[in-house]
This record gives sequence, C-alpha cells and structure tokens, in this order.
Amino acid sequence: MKAGSPKRRLGDLVFSNLTRAAGLTILVALAGVGIFLLAQGAPGLTAGKEDLRGHANFLSYVAPLVFGTLLAAVLALLIAVPLALGVALSISHFAPRRLATVIGYLVDLLAAVPSVVYGLWGIGVLGPKIVPLYEWLDKHVGWLPFFAGPYSNTGRTILTASIVLALMVIPIVTAITREIFMQTPRLNEEAALALGATRWEMIRLAVLPYGRSGIVSAAMLGLGRALGETMAVALVLSASNVVTWNLISSTNPSTIAANIALTFSDATGTARNALIASGLVLFVITFVVNFAARAIVARYEPGRKK
Amino acid sequence: MNRTVLRRVAAPCIATLALGLAVSACGAGNEDTGSKTSNLSGTIKGAGSSAQEAAMKAWRAGFQTDNPKVTVNYDPSGSGAGVEQFNAGAIDFAASDAALDPTKGEVDAAKARCGGKNALEVPSYVSPIAVVYKLNGVDKLNLSAKTIADIFSGKVTKWNDAEIAADNSGVTLPSTAITTVHRGDESGTTKNFTDYLSKAGEGAWKYDPDKVWPLKSGEAATGTSGVIAAIKEGSIGYADESQAGDLSKANIKVGDAFTAPSAEGAAKALEVSPIDDTRTEGDLAIKVDRTTTEAGAYPLFLASYVIACPTYDAAKLDLVKGFLKYVVSTAGQQAAASNAGSAPLPASLQTKAAAIIDTIAAK
Repeated sequence: MKAGSPKRRLGDLVFSNLTRAAGLTILVALAGVGIFLLAQGAPGLTAGKEDLRGHANFLSYVAPLVFGTLLAAVLALLIAVPLALGVALSISHFAPRRLATVIGYLVDLLAAVPSVVYGLWGIGVLGPKIVPLYEWLDKHVGWLPFFAGPYSNTGRTILTASIVLALMVIPIVTAITREIFMQTPRLNEEAALALGATRWEMIRLAVLPYGRSGIVSAAMLGLGRALGETMAVALVLSASNVVTWNLISSTNPSTIAANIALTFSDATGTARNALIASGLVLFVITFVVNFAARAIVARYEPGRKK
Repeated sequence: MNRTVLRRVAAPCIATLALGLAVSACGAGNEDTGSKTSNLSGTIKGAGSSAQEAAMKAWRAGFQTDNPKVTVNYDPSGSGAGVEQFNAGAIDFAASDAALDPTKGEVDAAKARCGGKNALEVPSYVSPIAVVYKLNGVDKLNLSAKTIADIFSGKVTKWNDAEIAADNSGVTLPSTAITTVHRGDESGTTKNFTDYLSKAGEGAWKYDPDKVWPLKSGEAATGTSGVIAAIKEGSIGYADESQAGDLSKANIKVGDAFTAPSAEGAAKALEVSPIDDTRTEGDLAIKVDRTTTEAGAYPLFLASYVIACPTYDAAKLDLVKGFLKYVVSTAGQQAAASNAGSAPLPASLQTKAAAIIDTIAAK
C-alpha cells in the first residue's frame, strides 16, 4: 500500500484504520475469553473430590472428557471427510449442472439447521433406528474392542453422537472443498484428459493435488466444529465420564462442551470453577488444532500447482 | 432437577409466552378483586429445588390468586444454588431437596444471613420415587432393596436371575439383559434413591448417598423426562412416581410385604420417620427411615424443604409468612398434589410446620 500511493488520502486512512480496528476487536474478544477462562478456571484446577463429581483431582476429571471430545470429533471427521469430498466432487465435476446447483443449495441448507434439531433427530430417530446395527456389530464383530458391547438399547452411544456430528460437519467441509475443486485450472484438467486419463484419474492427478491444502483446512475447520459442538452431543449421548474404546455401549465418555452444558446449571462455587477450567482445556485444544492446521496448510502451500 | 435440556431450550420461549399471559391475567385479575380484601402487595423471590418447580407453580398461582397484588418469583436453579443464593441474601426463601448441611457450614451461613438467628426449615414437598421398568409380559414385579442394589451395581445382569425370580414366584421372567438407566445430571432423586439403597440394601450397595450417580456404568439420561424416554425393553430406572407414564412400576419390599409406590405410602413412611433431634428449634429436618417395616409405607421417596429466616423487615414479613403458610396449608398441599403428583404432608407434620412458620416475626 505504501509503495503504491505516496500521497495518502483521507478515504484510505479511514478505511485502513477501520479494518485495523476490526482486526483488533477479534484479538480483544479472544483475549477477553482467555482471561475470563484463566481467572474463573484457576480455582477449579485445585478443586477437591466433592466439586469434581467424585474424581480425585482435576486431571483425572478432565482426562476422560478430553478423550471423549477427541474421540467423538475424530470419529465424526472419519465419517464426514470422505463423504464431503464425494459430495463436493460430484457437485464440481460429475453431476449435471442443474442437479449440482440443487445439491449445493441443499448442503448449504444442512449447515443452517440448528444443532439442537440435529440432537433431537439423533435421540428420536437415528438412535432407535441404529440399535439393530449395534446388535449386529455386538454379535458378529464383538471381538473388536470398539464393538465389545453390551450394545445400548437406546442407541445413545458415542458412535451415534459422532454420526450426528459428522452430518453437521459435512456442509462445512463440502462448501469449502467444492469451491476449491471448482477453481482447478481448466488447462490442468484438460491436459490430464488429453493424456488419456479417465475422469477419476484426472481428478486424482489434477484436482485433488491442487486442492490438497484446501481439503486439509476444510477438515480442520470441520474438526473445530466437532470439538466445540455442545447441544447435539449433550442431547444424544449417554455419558458417564469414563475412558473406553467401546463405541456401542450405554457407557460412553462425555465431551467437554456437553459436560459443561449438562452440569453447569447444577454446579455452584468451586464446581463451577472446575467446569470453566475444563472450558479452558477445550480452548487450548482448539488453539492447538488450529495451529496444527495452519502448519499443515503452510507445508503444502509451496508445492501448490498454479 | 426435573429440567431437561429440552426444557432449558424451550424455557425462554415459554417464559415469553407466560409473560404475555401473566400481563393479561393480572389485568383480568385486578378487575374483579372487589370481593376479596387482601391488602398484601409486593414481590418476594425464591430459588432452589427444581423438583419443587411444578409444586411452586401451583403455590404461586394459588397465593397470587388470593393476593392479587403480590408477586412470588421462583427460580428452579437447583437446590445447591438456591441455598447458596439464600445464604448470600439474594433471595427471600430457598427450596432444597436436602436439609441444610451442618457439616458443610450451611447451617452457620444461613444463621449469619438471618442476622444471627437460626434459619427455619420445614418440609414442603414429598414425592415417591418409583423403580420403573419395561419388560414385555411382566407387568408386576417385586424387588427388595438388595436386589435393586445388585441390579444397579451390575451384579445381576439378566432379568431371569435367581435373585429376581426368588421374589417373583409365578412370573415368567425372560432372559433379556438388564440395562440400568440413571440420572446423568445432579439430582435429589438420585440422592434419595442411593440413600435408600445404601440404608435398606443390606450391604449390597457400597456407595455413599450422593446427588451424582456414583457408578460409571449404565445408561445416563438428563432429567426425569430423559430417564423415562431412555427406558426401552429390558431397561430399569428410577424416577418421580408421578412422571412414570406408561412404564411399569416395581413393588419394593417393606417388612415382609411388597408395597407399590404411592403418594399415601410416601406420606406414611414420612410420618413414621423421626425428626432430626440434633437440629435447632424451627428446623424440621427429617431423618428418613428407609428401613421401616410399617405396613403400607413406601420408604423410597424424596422430601424437599423450604428454608426461610425467623425475622423479616416489615415490607417482606407478611408476604413470606403468608406464602409459606399457604405452602404447608391443606389447600397448598392439595394444590401441589394435583399439579405435581406429590404426597400431601401428613397432618402431624403439617401442624408442626405451620407452627414454625407462625413464629416468623418482624425484625
């Protein structure tokens, strides 16, 4: 900006200050949240047994919650990312133009559904309907620790919660990757096809490498959504604050956000501080995830074919 | 405590709606007050037990109908929060599922809040807790406290276990696996249920009574309605008897007989329970006798209290006194019974409670 305009105009000055203020607002808000969590959460770090729902110390209280949060979010991503990539590719490269537009709108619409509605759907429809699947898994692949059972007869398991989360993540990942896939240079695609590549080979050779950093950042945005999602998980999950790999039983680890939502109104004094401290842990996890995402994106950036 | 996540979400909408109704109701109410001569006016605030929420609604409606210029606010923020707010002086009365706990310093804090005079505490709400289950073809089930404890602690895992069968001769029990359903949130219902199991369970229940479910197994659900919804074929849980709906309710062993949950049974069990004599005068905390053998008594119930100061300044005195008097009166208890499915206080206790509230005086 400095190089281009030696003489600064009033309009430029006002606008640059406005944008700077907007940027600073984010920092102030984030710092405000951070300070609040630190100040209010600090007493919770040393809370005793009676304020931690029977856990000996804060670490043993928050560890299963962290485990549950990560497990649910990672499971959700495992389900959502392949599906979302498929949807995005079909919109950008496969479906007829008119159908693609309709699907695009519908996926965007999914993002607008409130999470409480997803939660209600999860507990009222998906849960009961998925029980036979859990029964089958328990009976036939029960030797896997993930499906050790006994299967839940309500379907309110971490796997169900992850499926609901996946549905909430899909629109985010789809929307971003779709835009990126559509920007693949036409020449690259045509070059691949000219070399005799099939459509799938063209996508593998031209579209996916081009969009790699976009796919990673889309997945990370989705992960952020899954980590912080509260209402849907709180409604669906039958949570016991344990660490278990069993995905289909009634006894599931809770997530930090859902645990705060469910217990905050009953908590008083130090118990409340402990919950805020668990919020601080989530805050830190989200930060770490975002930094990791930035690092990954930055690593792929130089190799990006233009 | 009866609040569900759903209700938390719906509450603001309902509150807005209720506000609208309340405004119009007041408008209508003010027009025909000529016949009644209540000069009370003002606002009092209470908070605490969410178990008492439905009953409080009935009491507030009843009291405000008799005294159109009075507003009673009640925030069902939970027993712990209610006691905390009361002790901080933020509200005029509290409602709690547990009597003030001297070991936690609640009694002393309440005394300090009431200007150095011991706070008053009377039972206001008694509700039987039913052991509910769903099991095809079994609509009558007898369970002893020990069997219930063994089921919930995971020792008994099948419905046709010999321990269950022993009390249910003539009933064909299926080999279905048992799923236990408990409250995932903190709850006075859980505290009373675990208290019952630990006192009457003949040693089968090894955990202390607590508002938080002590085990890490079984299905967790939020709120009474959540528990009811989570009970599917083969499940067993515990919930306010009035909320059990279509679910079957087990009879529990009292003495040598099996008693079905009922408001009368709970009132009877409350009547035979001794009053905690370590308490100060005006503190009607009850040591619930979970092991009573009295015929017809149902010792698995929740007793909830209202807590107030012995003195108030002139502006609040008649309001608090009047409201609490109504709460423990026959009319008030009947209103709660028909609106919240609670058990009316036994006459003897009602008299004692009314006498304590009568001692509320001016500062």
